[in-house]
Amino acid sequence: MSHATKEELGAAASVELNKVLASGKALTPKERLALPAQEMPAQPPEVRVRNIQEVALGYTPEQARVEAMRCLQCKTKPCVAGCPVQIDIPGFVGAIADADYARAIGIIKRDSLLPAVCGRVCPQEEQCQAPCTVGKSLKSLDKAVAIGRLERFVADWERDGGKMQPPAVKPATGRKVAVIGSGPASLTVAADVRREGHEVTIFEAFHKFGGVMVYGIPEFRLPKKIVEVEVDVLRKMGVQLVPNFVIGRTRTLKELMEKDGFDAVFIGTGAGLPKFMNIEGENLVGVFSANEYLTRANLMKAYLRGVAATPISQSKVVAVLGGGNVAMDAARTALRLGAEKVYVVYRRTEKEMPARVEEVAHAKEEGVIFQFLTNSKRIIGDEAGRVTGIECVRFQLGEPDKSGRPRPVEIPGSEYMMEVDTVIVAIGNDSNPLIKQTTPELDTTKWGNIIVNEDCATSIPGVYAGGDIVLGAATVILAMGQGRRAAAAINKQLCGGGAG
Amino acid sequence: MIETHVIVRKKQLSPEVFEIEVKAARIAEQRKPGQFIMLSMDVDLGERIPLTIADADTAKGTITLIYQRVGQGTRLLAQLGEGDAIPVLVGPLGTPTHIEKVGAVVGVGGGIGAAPLFPIMEGMKKAGNRVVTILGARTKELIFWEDKFRAISDEVIVCTDDGGYGRKALVTEPLKELCAREPKPALAVAIGPAIMMKFCAEATRPFGVHTLVSLNAIMVDGTGMCGGCRVMVGGKVKFVCVDGPEFDGHLVDFDGLMKRQAAYKTQERAALDHACNLDKMAAEKKAEG
Repeated sequence: MSHATKEELGAAASVELNKVLASGKALTPKERLALPAQEMPAQPPEVRVRNIQEVALGYTPEQARVEAMRCLQCKTKPCVAGCPVQIDIPGFVGAIADADYARAIGIIKRDSLLPAVCGRVCPQEEQCQAPCTVGKSLKSLDKAVAIGRLERFVADWERDGGKMQPPAVKPATGRKVAVIGSGPASLTVAADVRREGHEVTIFEAFHKFGGVMVYGIPEFRLPKKIVEVEVDVLRKMGVQLVPNFVIGRTRTLKELMEKDGFDAVFIGTGAGLPKFMNIEGENLVGVFSANEYLTRANLMKAYLRGVAATPISQSKVVAVLGGGNVAMDAARTALRLGAEKVYVVYRRTEKEMPARVEEVAHAKEEGVIFQFLTNSKRIIGDEAGRVTGIECVRFQLGEPDKSGRPRPVEIPGSEYMMEVDTVIVAIGNDSNPLIKQTTPELDTTKWGNIIVNEDCATSIPGVYAGGDIVLGAATVILAMGQGRRAAAAINKQLCGGGAG
Repeated sequence: MIETHVIVRKKQLSPEVFEIEVKAARIAEQRKPGQFIMLSMDVDLGERIPLTIADADTAKGTITLIYQRVGQGTRLLAQLGEGDAIPVLVGPLGTPTHIEKVGAVVGVGGGIGAAPLFPIMEGMKKAGNRVVTILGARTKELIFWEDKFRAISDEVIVCTDDGGYGRKALVTEPLKELCAREPKPALAVAIGPAIMMKFCAEATRPFGVHTLVSLNAIMVDGTGMCGGCRVMVGGKVKFVCVDGPEFDGHLVDFDGLMKRQAAYKTQERAALDHACNLDKMAAEKKAEG
């Protein structure tokens, strides 16, 4: 990437925009394809790696309009099919091209409640942007219309311009709904159910609302302020928000329904039990789950050393085990906390890495060192039980496995040592056992994920579930999609007067 | 449904140990022996610290916590008085103690470990067990709740390291004697510093007396999410917050636990020194003004 400044990128876009506007004619498809794809302005790597502010700075209005004009408004709308919540993408993109941002955000909000979040963290390159006709015509996925950036642009335009309006709430129905957890699935359910006039209470175990959006996803990728504003909208709608309340402990699910009189419950507790690799040395001091490392850094604000009370390792050399977005978040957080060297150790090649391409690119620019086709064998420590190194072994790709990806095969005798003082395990989460333990009649898979039907209804009448507690590790948009379905089913149950 | 956790009673038990009774109606109603709470002194910048629930009063809607002023969090907590509210308090967390009639139960409370021991022994007595409690501390001043334990125990043995009160002995001495006596206890419950629990487990092992210990590990959330509190029990990774805090003392890797407990010692020391300097400055300012 060129690392032109936001001003430079904006100025270049102005020139393009003025050319189009001066011609006074509608653009032909050929002309649209010839418009330059707009680069996302970003903090330069050497600067951002020393701060926690957001990396991507957002399009200028001119950039947004030029990017939006690249859309062919094709009849087939493959982008809509690629979106988990079927946003009318050509509709909102067309409105941005017309500089009618209010209409654009209105179109998005018909289907998505968290555009400022999704515009930032959705894997658009695998969803709406993957089948984009523009990208296909230009034979490059990178040249697809930057739908996510445009979504973010209008969401930021609305929020920063103080134009956010809480959705209208229908007259009170007297029915009560409890929402457990406050991540993306739960916030969506709360808004959709509250709109119909039902009383909604969100119960959050932590002292802050937003779930993974506040404890997991770092500030430099999703500023907490954005989540706070979304939570505030719910508050304005009259949703009750209760922090420090653990369902399964402070109250059981059954008590919520029988004692507290909730007519329906939505469980959106997320994936909350970190997995470890079961290798030697995993309990040494300096070995963290990504959850712990990111929670200390984000939610507990350990990056404010000397100000926040929660400590975090002052690491020099860090190895992150895993290849997903969480691994990228952990690696980039470690750099920002002052680590001199950060390695990502991944068993397969870059191509198979589940992390978003953009996150990997950002990590590389910031100096994260990738060790592909490598796995950790054991972690080594000193007498005080602190990490001093990690023994790794090289792999090569073999025959495809069940998932169709080539199976990595260990190369015998290729073991080698890496000197590190911190190891972050980012290989995923199991589901949290608290609700399951105290609600035996709730059907779950052998991995502890809650089993639901197409309406997100569980085996207990009136109890619904969605997000990572159902899907395993998924994305914000998929969680939101489930939240919408669950909310629709809850609203139907409550309006129909039945018990589900 | 939001409750303000006001301190309704505060008592200093010894120079560094405090007892507080806090408004927390729902926790009081739900809590069972062996469970703990997490608290934080600042919603934005505080550290979450686990404290075991020592007692509860459902009629008053309060829980009792006993804590030792050791780190930054407990130092700030000690500055709160009656009428002040604790900004963040969540619970009850952890798996409750399995209480049943087993015959005779010996409880060992070392130092501040007497606090979490109390509800367990109370439960054991109610379940119809013969209850013997051993309380141990360095000095007489550090022994607390002896009267409360006497009220629920068939026998109470007090030991101090310096012999200033009760027997001059380590808690393992009477524990061994009780195990050697016939009929030997069916269960021992030892709660205190990790090193004490380790030696209690070693003391009961030759007698084959099942021994429960309650572990205090470093944790962030207390609900299973961070995995920071993991400890090896019988060769398997367990999370103290959700699988515990109680485990079979004969299976716990205490050495591993103690190493992990020391993870932030240098940083905590630095934070305390830093805070003490701030206190000093504040005191000097006050003196000047």
